[in-house]
Amino acid sequence: MSENQSSLKKFYFGFFIAAAFLAGGVSYYASSHPDGLEKVAEDKGFLETAKDSAVANSPLADYGVAGLDNERLSVGLSGLIGVAITALVGVLLFNLLKKKS
Amino acid sequence: MHIPDGFIDIPTSASFGLLAVAGTAVALKKARTELDDRTAPMAGLTAVFIFAVQMLNFPVAAGTSGHLLGGALATVLVGPYAASLAVTVVLGVQALLFADGGLSALGLNIFNLSIIAVLVSHLVFVFAKKVMPKNRGSIPIAAAIAALISVPISASAFALQYAVGGKGTVPASTVFAAMFSTHILIGIGEALITMVTVSAIISTRSDLVYGWRQERVTLEVKKV
Repeated sequence: MSENQSSLKKFYFGFFIAAAFLAGGVSYYASSHPDGLEKVAEDKGFLETAKDSAVANSPLADYGVAGLDNERLSVGLSGLIGVAITALVGVLLFNLLKKKS
Repeated sequence: MHIPDGFIDIPTSASFGLLAVAGTAVALKKARTELDDRTAPMAGLTAVFIFAVQMLNFPVAAGTSGHLLGGALATVLVGPYAASLAVTVVLGVQALLFADGGLSALGLNIFNLSIIAVLVSHLVFVFAKKVMPKNRGSIPIAAAIAALISVPISASAFALQYAVGGKGTVPASTVFAAMFSTHILIGIGEALITMVTVSAIISTRSDLVYGWRQERVTLEVKKV
């Protein structure tokens, strides 16, 4: 039982570290081309109907940290912040929802 | 495939917002059946992983990129209801903090990515499992097929929203054809990422993969 518990925790930890590594490190190497929808909108001439989000001035807008000029640092840090916030919201929500044991 | 504000008019966005609320309410109610002490952390981690991998745009064709939507991956890992909620958490964080996907478009995005992509993934996955050999090796392949199909269907849902309330002048049929064909390519990337991730998890902790746990329970019941 305790063996299983510790291996379970190890797995959760590994899964989290994998996500943090991808968001914090690998994200710098992501393609910067427009995604499928944006490209279709551009090609078919409705991209200009897009409006800036109300939170376009968010310090994390477009996956960068405002004020950080180093691109690698900026995107990586924004990714790590996103991972942390998603984890916080996710853990709270799913813990609230789970069956009481 | 996050829709920004402005592409779709406000009445249409609001209508899909209501559908998104209704769908999320159902998921909140039903997810309880999928979540216990072991699977609740898994659902949270699935959301985290999807957020991370959505940052990794991969090139698909000249000047075009795509990224994981995650509906199929989440469905296979934690079941359709928790999956829908996990994707919605990701979309909420992205729209509110990263200005990725519009605020008025949040309902449109939840409808396409948390409801349609997850629903299609679930149906395809269940069907694929039925026609494939009942062993662990089938699960990543069934997951990949679900991923492949879910992406162009989800992209078609945007074409539907555009048909109802698109601000652009180009006909909806043109948008549908372009969205569908582009997203078949992105679906191939989705299928590969989903297959690799599910394979990795099922080989370390197969008991944490909802789509395989269900199968194993059925098989064990048959044996007895």
